[in-house]
Amino acid sequence: MESILNWIDVHQQMIYIVILMIFLGIEVIGHVPSVMHTPLMSGANAIHGVVIIGAIIVMGKAGEHDYLSLILGFLAVVLGTLNVVGGFVVTDRMLEMFKKKK
Amino acid sequence: MESSILAICYLVASVTFILGLKMLSNPAAAKKGNRIAAVGMVVAIFATIFLYRDEEGSHLHNYAFIFIALIIGTLVGAIAARKVKMTAMPEMVSLFNGMGGACAALISIVEFHHLKNFFAGITVKFEVGEFISSTIKVTGPIRGTLIIILAGLIIGSVSFAGSIIAWGKLNGKIKDYAFKGQHIFNIALLSLILGLAIYLVTRYGDISSQLANDSSNPFTFFQILFFILFAIAILYGVLFVLPIGCADMPVVISLLNSFTGVAAACGGFLYDNKAMLTGGILVGAAGTLLTILMCKAMNRSLKNVLIGSFGATAKVTGGGDAHDESNVYKEISAGEAAMIMTYSNKVMIVPGYGLAVAQAQHACHELEKLLTEKGVEVKYAIHPVAGRMPGHMNVLLAEADVSYDKLLEMELANEEFSTTDVVLVLGANDVVNPAAKTDPSSPIYGMPILEVELAKTVIVNKRSMKPGYAGIENQLFFRPKTSMLFGDSKDVLQQLIMVIKNL
Repeated sequence: MESILNWIDVHQQMIYIVILMIFLGIEVIGHVPSVMHTPLMSGANAIHGVVIIGAIIVMGKAGEHDYLSLILGFLAVVLGTLNVVGGFVVTDRMLEMFKKKK
Repeated sequence: MESSILAICYLVASVTFILGLKMLSNPAAAKKGNRIAAVGMVVAIFATIFLYRDEEGSHLHNYAFIFIALIIGTLVGAIAARKVKMTAMPEMVSLFNGMGGACAALISIVEFHHLKNFFAGITVKFEVGEFISSTIKVTGPIRGTLIIILAGLIIGSVSFAGSIIAWGKLNGKIKDYAFKGQHIFNIALLSLILGLAIYLVTRYGDISSQLANDSSNPFTFFQILFFILFAIAILYGVLFVLPIGCADMPVVISLLNSFTGVAAACGGFLYDNKAMLTGGILVGAAGTLLTILMCKAMNRSLKNVLIGSFGATAKVTGGGDAHDESNVYKEISAGEAAMIMTYSNKVMIVPGYGLAVAQAQHACHELEKLLTEKGVEVKYAIHPVAGRMPGHMNVLLAEADVSYDKLLEMELANEEFSTTDVVLVLGANDVVNPAAKTDPSSPIYGMPILEVELAKTVIVNKRSMKPGYAGIENQLFFRPKTSMLFGDSKDVLQQLIMVIKNL
């Protein structure tokens, strides 16, 4: 129990961010029209690709002979990049369709 | 200096994510919003590569590998996203979401492995004799870290496995599958996952003392448990999505999307990284709300979707009703349908998934133009959940250059049906099913529908009399006002166009 409290104490700032972001996330998309549901989901999908930062750190910290970290890290960077690039490009293409043409 | 620049880069990225999400919920600003978020992401990625320093203050290495991985991912991702057909976009989103989940799970696996090295480090210290004072300080954060690692692993794996199944279902490779007592089995699996995770966390404190006494590494036992946990989480992800009907996949994808967001946020805790934390939690929260909004658009509860009673009960009622009444439907030829439409004043087109499958949006637009030339007023009635994703029809019709102001949202369309002569239903089914209004036993009861019956004539284009994704019979097809026009949407539309041109 003490150790958990300790952990919370260490990560106080992060926990504040979590709570604020939960409210912000709900607030920010609160009035989305149903037309935008799919593009919004797709855009959000691209944004959670930030997980790639973790993958890069894993990869970059891995020692020369730490094959597990190297291999899994490499795979993670590839997958993360797929998520980011694919996510943004698909969203962009989707939104292309909303452009008003005259 | 460098670390403050890195912090500022992360701050910029976080702001772009928030702005991007905000702008994405507004049709006019959405494209810009998406690009802003993308720029923020690029800033965050390159800042991490070049400016990140670990606890000892040294830069990252393995640049070659990082860049090779980045290039592979970019090429494959961009090509896949460019090439995918408009109709296949939902499944593509699901696939990319799964990649993010897998990425989070992999990070957790590596970090768990690092914990082991960390303990090895403690043992050495212990031998030196400065252990007792340091361990008390250290195990606290370690236990918290372990919780985060496990959370990232579980959520990431469920999201990965679930997304892959959702992807397979949407492109038709995987069929619905449910066995008796699956819900109970799933709940049991989930409790097992939680139990294992709690066991790992509570027992972790003991390891350090064991490590000190025992030269054989007790860590391997924990490692095995860890991988069992990983396997069960994957299994759970598969079984979680498998029984849910195809029509509900958008909701499921949206939910898994927010899962991946939370998994990414776990990474934020691991690396004390604010950009990952903001991005992840933002998506987690917004994604959850979006999931609920999508359910609301279909007038269903999330619980209802997840328990998957939709498909199960639907089959029973659908099968029963079909044979009870002597259901007779009227067929109409393309020639006749074309005639009726050309000589009417107002035609309302109701597009559905069938239109998307047949890639008939261009033919549809052509028909609309032709009829307009003949002096017929043509509009589209868009049900919020027509197709397989909310907004699917808008995207599809916009691709064919259908003007935005011809698309009527459900409420507006329902007001106009009474003054409409002909409604042409193109591959839509459940969204025009009157059972949603009249039959309380129907699984879609209560869902708002397009009230096409208010119009004078209804022409329904379908490939066959097979029920739609909800698996229920549609009484609309047997109404006296309704005529059935069988065939692939694209073929039928082309026939209609031919006839009208020759009139």
